[in-house]
Amino acid sequence: MTEQNISADTLIRLSAAQLAEKLRAGEVTAVEATQAYLDRIAAVDGKVNAFLHINAEEALAVAAEVDAIRAAGGAEAEALHFLAGVPIAVKDLIVTIGQPTTAGSKILEGWHSPYDATVVERLRAAKMPILGKTNLDEFAMGSSTEHSAYGPTRNPWDLDRIPGGSGGGSAAAVAAFEAPLALGTDTGGSIRQPGAVTGTVGVKPTYGSVSRYGAIAMASSLDQIGPVTRTVLDSALLHQVIGGHDPRDSTSLPDPLADLVAAAKTGSVEGLRIGIIKELHGEGYQAGVENRFNDALALLKDAGAEIVEVSCPNFQYALGAYYLIMPSEASSNLAKFDGVRYGLRVLPEEGPMTIERVMGATRAAGFGDEVKRRIILGTYALSAGYYDAYYGSAQKVRTLVQRDFEAAFAQADVLISPTAPTTAFPLGEKLDDPLAMYLNDVATIPANLAGVPGLSLPGGLADEDGLPVGIQLLAPAREDARLYRVGAVLESLLEAKWGGPLLAQAPDLAAESLETQEAK
Amino acid sequence: MAAINRDDVAHLARLAHIEMSAEELDRMAGELAVIVDSVKSVSEAAGDDVPATSHPIPLTNVFREDVVGHTFTAEQALSGAPDSDENRFKVPAILDEA
Repeated sequence: MTEQNISADTLIRLSAAQLAEKLRAGEVTAVEATQAYLDRIAAVDGKVNAFLHINAEEALAVAAEVDAIRAAGGAEAEALHFLAGVPIAVKDLIVTIGQPTTAGSKILEGWHSPYDATVVERLRAAKMPILGKTNLDEFAMGSSTEHSAYGPTRNPWDLDRIPGGSGGGSAAAVAAFEAPLALGTDTGGSIRQPGAVTGTVGVKPTYGSVSRYGAIAMASSLDQIGPVTRTVLDSALLHQVIGGHDPRDSTSLPDPLADLVAAAKTGSVEGLRIGIIKELHGEGYQAGVENRFNDALALLKDAGAEIVEVSCPNFQYALGAYYLIMPSEASSNLAKFDGVRYGLRVLPEEGPMTIERVMGATRAAGFGDEVKRRIILGTYALSAGYYDAYYGSAQKVRTLVQRDFEAAFAQADVLISPTAPTTAFPLGEKLDDPLAMYLNDVATIPANLAGVPGLSLPGGLADEDGLPVGIQLLAPAREDARLYRVGAVLESLLEAKWGGPLLAQAPDLAAESLETQEAK
Repeated sequence: MAAINRDDVAHLARLAHIEMSAEELDRMAGELAVIVDSVKSVSEAAGDDVPATSHPIPLTNVFREDVVGHTFTAEQALSGAPDSDENRFKVPAILDEA
């Protein structure tokens, strides 16, 4: 053990990059850092419910291995990855050996994958301790994490509000200092929208730039794994750990992206053209969201960026196209959960005991309402007689959205919008109104339809409710580096204004629990 | 485009292998009618001359060498199965005559 000269509370608030530096300098050990996070989880996760499984034993063993290698020195210590010993949480849609994977569903309760996702293999190769698996809307279907079969995750800024979704667990874990880093998946905004409403950074990489092998598929042509962090630089570091070609994913891009960490360290937006998307702000967006968005534009302009306005008229059809394509692909992808090869099997209470009836009973008991809605909707959109009007039309809209992006990127290097139309809403508010829930993703969905990368970073707090607002940056496919360049500059300008990270203004969950205990 | 009704939902639920109670069919039909109504503008958005996009960044000719890679043992493949017998997945009767 090193002499503990950093308090646990300080330790958990370091960025991943700062923690990695301290680990390399020997100021703190990986075991101390991992234990500090496990203690934090024990102290606050009863309230937040970000984790579905805690992987303490394995995480500490990996941390101890890193410490031993560092202590021994030599070539092996030199070869350690920069993030070696920095803990991470993994969304429970991503399969892991040695821990259960539930996808937030009863149908996979207690299931253990016999293989690791490619991104998990890469975390292991970098020797990053995996703290556990995070909560999500069932099969990543939702925008609030209320559709989890294991209870909702709560927003660390206000425990009565949603943390976004589907990756509310990963975003809340990072926002509540229960993990410095997390992995998410983004099909229509499931990394970026939780990032926006929890004051964290989330990135949906270019489609195909991070392997989807081992991410339980919702909509295969839209799904993408990406980083969930507290700083833009941390996202760049994590993106480089998990990214790169994977022969096991046939949609994996063969060529690597430009250096993302270097991009995050560029430090200038001088001369860059930043395009405001006319259709993605204004009407339908909360006033406080609009105000913080305008502040961000002013800062970027002062820093030398050229602000232009672009129009993407077909984005008005994007939400509709998404809610045809996504359920269509999901209805097919989820057909494999049938009580035969893995997971739950429920026998019908009466009547003949045939496999078809077992499947019907299993899927009735194992799937929640939102999953059933999307499977039925997708089955409908794909059925004979409706296919051309629904699925076929939606695929044409996808072409139109791509053309809008092409035209926009001819005028601007990076596009900018609010990430979500509102700040975090109260738990339960939209649970019985699927359409209202779907509207949360109106600004994030176009990027998934077109395959382009998007980053959400904290833009400040809304005037009317004091809750975090997200700013979304979008770049052309394979140009993820531009997001990190602009994102890091905007982040540093905003933090200078706030006098520190936005999360420093979040309520102290641990202190709050102490007060509650004392009051009792 | 036709609206979605309760009978449609019952038929689709059978196709999708999801048993649904009468109450669930009623509720689902109402919710899906609203959703289908909201997405129908999609069919008017694009003309016949617009090609469909099935994949955002299409790759062609993604092949690998025809060699045996990693494979699971029978034990691994069956490790999550609800029921198995003699290295095989075991299910109830496939035909009606059980």
